[in-house]
Amino acid sequence: MKKFLPWIIIAILALGAYSWGKGFNNTAVELNENVKEAWGNVQTSYQRRNDLIGNLVNTVKGAADFEKSTLEAVINARAKATSISIDPSNVTPEQLAQYNQVQGGLSGALKSLLVTVERYPDLKANQNFLKLQDELVSTENTIQTARTRFNEAIKPYNTHIKTFPNMLLSGIFGFDEKPYFDAEVGANQPVEVDFSN
Amino acid sequence: MFKKNLLFLFFLFIGATGSIYAQFDIPKIPEKQTSVYDYVNLLSSSKKNALEQKLIRYSDSTSTQIVVVVISSTKGENIGLLTPRWAHKWGIGQEKEDNGVFILLAKDDRNIWISPGYGVEHKLTAGTLGEITRKIIIPEFKKGDYYSGLDKASDAIFEVLSGTYKASPKNTSGDFPFGIIVFLLFIFVIFIIIISASNKRGGKGGGKRKKDTSLLEAIILSNMGRGSYSRRSSSGWSGGGWSSGGSSGGFGGGFGGGGFSGGGAGGSW
Repeated sequence: MKKFLPWIIIAILALGAYSWGKGFNNTAVELNENVKEAWGNVQTSYQRRNDLIGNLVNTVKGAADFEKSTLEAVINARAKATSISIDPSNVTPEQLAQYNQVQGGLSGALKSLLVTVERYPDLKANQNFLKLQDELVSTENTIQTARTRFNEAIKPYNTHIKTFPNMLLSGIFGFDEKPYFDAEVGANQPVEVDFSN
Repeated sequence: MFKKNLLFLFFLFIGATGSIYAQFDIPKIPEKQTSVYDYVNLLSSSKKNALEQKLIRYSDSTSTQIVVVVISSTKGENIGLLTPRWAHKWGIGQEKEDNGVFILLAKDDRNIWISPGYGVEHKLTAGTLGEITRKIIIPEFKKGDYYSGLDKASDAIFEVLSGTYKASPKNTSGDFPFGIIVFLLFIFVIFIIIISASNKRGGKGGGKRKKDTSLLEAIILSNMGRGSYSRRSSSGWSGGGWSSGGSSGGFGGGFGGGGFSGGGAGGSW
């Protein structure tokens, strides 16, 4: 019996290490999938906004002598925003910040466009335009919701891989910390639309 | 356990980020899960009851849950973000279909917002909901008739959604008839085998063996009868349980856990 004791201990230790590693890895994979899914929703909602902006620009162009500069700002910001895409599986904080910045720029341009529209009573009486405006506001809210949920999905993932003793395994299994979305520039002032008229 | 932890972190995080925005505390999921929650008694009790029963009946026949909540104010929070967050937290609509619709009315802010679940937003687009708000709800609200604004809006939503979802008795999904078919096929095959076997042996063997197989046949036949009978009756029972749950004053089965993307539309009056 004494001869076997060390082997038994080693076997128990090996089994313990195995189940610890397995548990760590599988939970991390699961949490990582949640993050990916949340990121998918973020991108879908931004894509939806891009599509809508195309329609918006066409509708607004039709309005007599609509301010060119506001419209062009939106078009340019949109072109910038669509030029950046992100691979969610290995996103760096810098990439995410850049993505955030260009999308934030588009949000800002869009906001000033919608404010400018207030001065065009024809547009404000146009049913198609009103619907488009609803869609845009809705999409902005969807974006905010998707971003919040993305950050919420990252938190348990980061907590899982960064706390002791799991952090010892993170490097071995190749799980890196993921960056959060910072608040979009001016995101705490959502698109204000005056419904009163 | 894992889900609970996630949920905890979720609320923790909302609490942590909440300082950026003004924060409205969403009430806990109520024990009685029904269609109308009037926290400020905006509607008279008879009218509230009428609307509640109407929406429950709609849910009974379509499984689509439409919930109306009346509060006094969103306490400075953007109603367009609060509405889907609230709806998502309560899990309105069925889990698989995500067919919930949440209507939040903030009386003192004079704001209303309607958010569709994932499963109905392709029909109840923000444009459509915005139109319902502008053309149906706001005119009635301006007259001070909150009930008829909500009542007519729900009719408009029914119309937009008509035919999208049908209520199915709980816990019976598409594989139910499939299971029956396999079962019957299985019995049929055994039946054929027994018949052919007894035919072959019939000539050679004595009367005793023939008696055995016919006994086996009888057992299988009676099992088949009992099997299909009990299945039919159990499905009938669960169907009854579902609808009677609905009429007892609330959604049968409660909120189903539907999800919300964050979209929606509304307006103020």
